[in-house]
Amino acid sequence: MQIIKDKKLTENTWQYLADDAQLTSGNMSVSLTKWLQAEQQLLNCEGQLGVRICPHDSVTLLANQLDKIALVELDFPDFADGRLFSSAWLLRSRYHYEGEIRAVGHFMPDQVFYLSRVGVNAFAPEKEEYLPFILANLNDFSVAYQNSIN
Amino acid sequence: MYQYNEIDQTLVDERVAQFRRQTEQFLKGELSGDQFRALRLRNGLYIQTHAPMLRVAVPYGLLSSRQLRKIAHIARTYDKNYCHITTRQNIQFNWPKLEDVPDILAELATVQMHAIQTSGNCMRNTTSDHLAGVAVDELEDPRPYCEIIRQWTTLHPEFDYLPRKFKIAVSGSTHDRAATQFHDIGIHLVKNDVGEIGFKILVGGGLGRTPIIGQVIKPYLEKKHLLSYLEAILRIYNLFGRRDNKYKARIKILVKETGLEAFSQMVEEEWAYIRDDLLLSAERIEAIKNHFEVPAYQRDASEDNSYSQLLTDNAEFASWYKHNTVAHKVSGYRAVFISLKAPDSPPGDITDLQLDKLADLADQYSFGEIRSTHRQNLILADVKQGDLFALWQRLIALKVATPNIGTVADIICCPGLDFCSLANAGSIGITKEINEVLDDMDYIHDLGDIKINISGCMNGCAHQSVGHIGILGVDKKGVEWYQLTLGGSSENEAAIGERLGPAVEKNEVSQVIATILDVYVKQRLDDEESFLNMVQRVGIEPFKERVYANH
Repeated sequence: MQIIKDKKLTENTWQYLADDAQLTSGNMSVSLTKWLQAEQQLLNCEGQLGVRICPHDSVTLLANQLDKIALVELDFPDFADGRLFSSAWLLRSRYHYEGEIRAVGHFMPDQVFYLSRVGVNAFAPEKEEYLPFILANLNDFSVAYQNSIN
Repeated sequence: MYQYNEIDQTLVDERVAQFRRQTEQFLKGELSGDQFRALRLRNGLYIQTHAPMLRVAVPYGLLSSRQLRKIAHIARTYDKNYCHITTRQNIQFNWPKLEDVPDILAELATVQMHAIQTSGNCMRNTTSDHLAGVAVDELEDPRPYCEIIRQWTTLHPEFDYLPRKFKIAVSGSTHDRAATQFHDIGIHLVKNDVGEIGFKILVGGGLGRTPIIGQVIKPYLEKKHLLSYLEAILRIYNLFGRRDNKYKARIKILVKETGLEAFSQMVEEEWAYIRDDLLLSAERIEAIKNHFEVPAYQRDASEDNSYSQLLTDNAEFASWYKHNTVAHKVSGYRAVFISLKAPDSPPGDITDLQLDKLADLADQYSFGEIRSTHRQNLILADVKQGDLFALWQRLIALKVATPNIGTVADIICCPGLDFCSLANAGSIGITKEINEVLDDMDYIHDLGDIKINISGCMNGCAHQSVGHIGILGVDKKGVEWYQLTLGGSSENEAAIGERLGPAVEKNEVSQVIATILDVYVKQRLDDEESFLNMVQRVGIEPFKERVYANH
């Protein structure tokens, strides 16, 4: 499935690996638990590495290792769970992470303007038909009251 | 008052466009019910028992006459010719059509109004003292800070999907008229040891199912740190507030479960990272303050004393003056309450015609501004004493001059079972019955300051737990019952009312209230002892004894 990255439709080159799956080659993202358990093995694999964050995960645990990570996925179990908005902000503002931050799971296309403001630059929605809405909604507002990431 | 600049206007216009699209997508089936619910709530739109309900933001309760006329127009065009003032100074329409709401919001935007974040689990309208800027006991006008907070909270990208709703109130006076101790964050303007003005910050107060009095988290915060400190609290709440149970999701529960000290430590650590990045400059404060400049008061206003003779000659005018007007910081002026508590109309309701006429009166007598209060009345804040008699006569004609402000008849009441889909019991009908029992204005005046708050369910929209007398509607096997509490207060001596005893049946409520008032009249020390003071002195026993004597 295609995703949106930096406001453009792009092919997805990443694969999420379940905690009990065999390591493969290519760009892989894993859960935070897996990353903390098997960091060295993962670094030995070919391809880039990503970490998938759930709302209850503390991104502080990643703070010192962000230079090894090319992708952080924010996995929304439910669009109403706003913790990941703070996670994104922390990654960008406090830990100066410059790689890709991608929203995945059950976020709403109507949330992408806020997500992009707190530093999310890629979107892999639950349904492909959301892609055009996401592209459009990224331009919902031309003004803002607060400083954030963007 | 605050005037929008191009950024403010663009933001509300773009918000209207966004909501118009969301509504169209929902009607076409492109947005699910759940998704649209979250989005419409953030635009003030509830689906109620009979129809949608639209809650319009009135930032810190301040309205211009032009805005009032627009509200009247909306009530006439899109609703049933009336609207309702809420306990957080907002305005509600009870009968709009869903498909009309984008048009209503577009109309509001033309007069610098919106319904952004008036519901939903996000930062809500910031409320304040209804006497802000004119109160005699004011240290500094809180409204510029309310406006700064309004802007900061509006469309905040990080904090729009909080565990639960989040309410901020600001007070600049020694007497707290903004119920700051019952807000998620309460802010007081205070002076420090060297005479500088800053903020005292309270956190974790709230009403609803679990009423809790807020605690001081920061005794003194420099003005420049206001937004960074708020941001630190909000980030901690957003990350750590409970999301597993909506009844335990407010910040008051996080503070309670974490403990104030540990919570405060978390906030301090967060704040240390950001305190120097998000400074509120003196220039910015000054620029916002300029929007709230003092009106052109007439220096000789106090010389017109014609009203004092009228006070002597006309007992009705004197009674209205005593109960419905209050002192003003400028000599020769009074603040005038518009009572929306006429005995025969639901508390806080106002018609399109009344709104239009009040807009004219605001233009003629009060610099074109009007305010809403959290006790669901309106105020003309800057009336010359020489105009009081003429204004009073105009208000009588509009049926908004009942001299009952601050009395037992000035009841706060939620929409209850008549309108609200959450309610377990009626509240407007109870208010009507209490009014029928209390039909003697002299008796009402003799009772003095008594605040009755009536909510139709545990959510407590009418803040019954802080009413001097609180009445809470509950459902018992499909029958409406009412639980009473005594001794609550949302002011300086904040207290949560104590339960009187078992709930009473609907047809007994007004009689029980009459009994409670009779106990007070018979057992108060003297005319000076208020109802609340007496309850604090004697406790609930004497009341309980009489109320349940025949049970």
